[in-house]
This record gives sequence, C-alpha cells and structure tokens, in this order.
Amino acid sequence: MSAEDVLVLGETKQGTPTDMTLELAACARQLASQTGGQAVVVLLGPEGKQAATQVADAHRVVVVEDDILATYTPAPYLELLSHLVDQSKPIALLVGSTSVGLDVAPLLAARMNLPIVGGCQKISAENGALKVTASFCAGKMLADVEISATPAVLMLLPGSYRAGGGAAPQVEIIRSPIALDPGPVCFEQMILPAATDVDITQQEVLVAVGRGIQQQDNLALAEELAEALGGAVCATRPIVDQGWLPLTRQVGKSGMTVKPKLYLALGVSGAPEHVEGLKGAGLIIAVNTDPKAPIFETAQYGVVADLLDVVPAITEALKAKTN
Amino acid sequence: MNIAVVLRQVPDLIETLEIADDGTRLDYGAARFIVNEWDNHALEQALLLKESEGSSVTVVALDFGEVDNTLYEASAKGADTIVKIPWDSEEPPALRQAAALYAEVLRGIGAELILVGCQSHDELEGPLAPQLAFTLNLPYVGVVRGVQPGDQPGSIRVFKEFPGAVVARMSVRLPALIGVLAAEKAPRYVPVSRIRAAMKSTPIRESQVDVPQAAAPVNVLRLYVPEAPERAEMLDGSAEEVAERICQILAEKGLLR
Repeated sequence: MSAEDVLVLGETKQGTPTDMTLELAACARQLASQTGGQAVVVLLGPEGKQAATQVADAHRVVVVEDDILATYTPAPYLELLSHLVDQSKPIALLVGSTSVGLDVAPLLAARMNLPIVGGCQKISAENGALKVTASFCAGKMLADVEISATPAVLMLLPGSYRAGGGAAPQVEIIRSPIALDPGPVCFEQMILPAATDVDITQQEVLVAVGRGIQQQDNLALAEELAEALGGAVCATRPIVDQGWLPLTRQVGKSGMTVKPKLYLALGVSGAPEHVEGLKGAGLIIAVNTDPKAPIFETAQYGVVADLLDVVPAITEALKAKTN
Repeated sequence: MNIAVVLRQVPDLIETLEIADDGTRLDYGAARFIVNEWDNHALEQALLLKESEGSSVTVVALDFGEVDNTLYEASAKGADTIVKIPWDSEEPPALRQAAALYAEVLRGIGAELILVGCQSHDELEGPLAPQLAFTLNLPYVGVVRGVQPGDQPGSIRVFKEFPGAVVARMSVRLPALIGVLAAEKAPRYVPVSRIRAAMKSTPIRESQVDVPQAAAPVNVLRLYVPEAPERAEMLDGSAEEVAERICQILAEKGLLR
C-alpha cells in the first residue's frame, strides 16, 4: 500500500458485504482516483472470503482471517486496524457510521492521534489535503472541513455514495499479521429478534411515528390509522428508546430497512440515520409541525401540521371511504 | 459498585440553530440547551443498576449551558453526588480537550463503571465516549442497549445493538467505560418539586482542573444549513381538507383497501 491509497474497514452480514461497505468502497474508489492510489477494503473474519469478490468498487480486498475475528469485539479489531494503518499509512481510513464503526473509528483515532471527522457525506482530495463535507445536528447543519494531517479517520454517513461501476477486485487472503487477544470484552451470544412481532420489512403500508407523537398514549392514533390502511406501525429510534415500541419496529440505520408501497411519516424529523432505512419505500407522505424538517426532502407529499389534528381526520376520511 | 455518568448539554434542535459571525462555528450563545439524550439514557441505566445492585452514582458535567438545573435534576432522580467542572468559554471544548477535562475529574472519582452516551448530535469530530475511554485507558463498548451485572464478580453484561434488531450480548471486565444508546427503561420523569428540593439539599461539588490546550486537527472552513435539492409537494388547508386530499392521492395510487 502507498500513502495515496484509501483504506476501508468493510463489514459483512451472512457472507455478503453490507450496503455501507459497498458505499464506502465507492467513496474510496472516487477518492483514490484523485490521489492516484487504490481503494483497499479490509474484511475481517471468516465471512470475508465469501464477500470479497462482491465489493466491486474496491481495487483490492484484503481478507484477514483469525478465529478471534469470527465475532466482533473491540480489542482485536483495534489492534489489527492500528497495525494495518501503521504499516500502510494510507491518506485516509474510511469507516461506516455503524455499530462497529462508532466503536472502532474513534478508538483508533485516539490511539494513533489521528484527525477524525464524523457524519461525512462527501470526501475529496486536493493538493495533498482532504476536503470533507460533514453533517451534524441530525442533518440540520453541514460543515466543510479541511484536513491536512494524514492519515485521517473519516466516518461515512449511510446514503452518501452510490455503489457500482467497478470491476472484480483483486482478493488477498491473509492470516492476521499480529497475535490478537480478546481483551476485557468477551462476546457471549447474538440475540436475534423474536419472530412473534409484526415483520415491518414485509409490510406494504407503514405508519411511522417520531418524537412528534409526544406521548405513548397517542400511539393509539397511529395504530388506528394503520389499521384503516391495512398496515402496521413502526417508529424512529427515540420512540423505541423510550420503550414505547419494540426494537423490531425501528426503521433506520440501527433498525430495519423497509420497502413499503406507502410510508406515512408522522412527527418524524427525517434524520439521515432514519431515512437510510426507508430508501426502498414507494410513496412517502410526511406530517410535521416544522416546515424545515428534513423529512420533507425525502417525502413526495408533505403537511405542516400537528399530527394529533391531522391523523384522526385521515382515519375518519379513510373509514368513510371504505364503508 | 461505584458508577460515574457524564451529562452533556447540547443545543436543542427544536430551536433554529444560529451560525457565529465567522461562519465556522455554531453560535452557542444563541442556543437553548437540553441534556444530550444518550447521556440521559446513561444516567437512567446507572440509576437502574443502583436500584438493583446498591451502587452509588456520581454525575459529572461541564459548567456549560443550563448545567446546574441538569445536575439538580440528576440528584432528584437519585444520583448520590453531583460534580461540576468549571468551564468559562461560551463554546464547548474540542473533542480531545473535553476528554482530558472529564478524564481528570473521573480519575479522582475512581468509578468502576463509567457510563456516557454513545454519541451526541453536535459531535463533528466523532463521539466523546471512546475518546474518553482511551484517555482513561479503559476498555470500551458502545452502541449499548442495556447494562446488567455480570455472572462473575467485577464484570458486567452489555447488549450491543446491530442493524436488523439484532443484539450481541457481551461480558466486560471492570473497570470499563460503556457508550450507552439506550437504558433498559425509558429515562424517568421527576417532578419540579423534587428538583427544587434537591436544590436545597444537595450541594454541587466543584472540581477544579487544569484546562488542557485544544488541538485543532481539523479545520472547519464553513458551516451552513443544507439546501434542500427537492421538497415535497405541500398539502395545505384544514385537517379535513388535507385528509381528503391524502385519501385522493392514495386512491389514485391504488393504495386504498
């Protein structure tokens, strides 16, 4: 590897690269074309071998195998990535804003004293410096940032780059070049969602509730509307964090990815992490009191109003039509 | 078990955010502040552990925004000790400066478990929690939805969230710092009367620390509100008129039952 190369920490799920990994590879390829280097994706663990050839935008995929990498724990990932960055000194390490990325990227930046930027949406290189456009304050603010010290650790927001266009990458499978220790964190068990709840990934109609629902009691309004539409209720992360709906109903980066024909977003601000989960939705109608809410950039139709006024009216109108 | 919690003030996103005159920073002087919601979950998780295990809970906050009220509210909820770190600037410290400040105070508390929100919406340089863990030389796991006592003494069990409602159960040897996404229960509500009582009964401990120099590894050139490339077609009128129009749209698209 050279100082012009762009390194990516990829992730896999059931033997395939995650969507985020494909986006990271697309971003890395574009950046590498400006630096004159290569996009090199690192996949850790036994699933990497199967997933490697599917990371089409990468010039090279390095699969690192070690029994300890079969499941994620922070210390081995950190040790290995520190070694790889130290050895290769790329211009940047790209990491997804994922559950793993939110652990490893800041730990690595802290340990190696590297600059780090979160919420990256656009990354380019110019005269040896990196230019980054980063989103923060839940997408309400953008920052143009320049980084002259490299390597830099850049955490990419999902939905920022479109994968595709590359040829089959060169794949290299190696054993871990350093001894890995599990450290003080030990993986015990992966807990899968209970099959008893509604599967929102299979619903054609979803009524999504965000903070605008205000109180748990108001969920009944959304339930009634969902019933009138023949759909189900889902939610943004804060609603699930309040314990008002189970994790299986959460749409977004850390929840489910849904593809309904109709998505009614009620009191949903439209933070990038939520919008990421409804990329495959058909018609999106949003109701929000804030006319500047980012959800109106995703929806086809919007209503600036209190959902507590509008939702009962929609339910009544639907019932009148179907009776 | 001694537990420490970091509570941070962040701008309330319900209010319009202002940009400072130089165009590269948020105007924190014009902002209304709220407690970082993930830190609030960290506090709730600490209080749940206190109730089940008899732990003691110390809350640490920087003197920034409406911090006194936040600390008294934490006390009213059940925190045993509330600590304020002096901070004179109208702007929050940079990431590594913040980590150094909190670390100095937390070392003096000697907590076995430190709980911090795994993110905050105004963190341009990435999350504080892992940076703080590194500064304190503690193991770190973030994006955690629930912390429980471990099977072995001196350990805890955490539940780390992954996409698709999948959760990894992990055991962590203490001392450790955990980045909390959500507590096992929603953060508790505390009435104003109890907060007032806490103001009278609980002193805020001020912890003097040396303010470290701020490094500037990234240079913000410009801050701006994103332009919407395309907006939704807005439906106006009374609730009934809007409802009727939505029904029409659904009928046209074949989405009515």
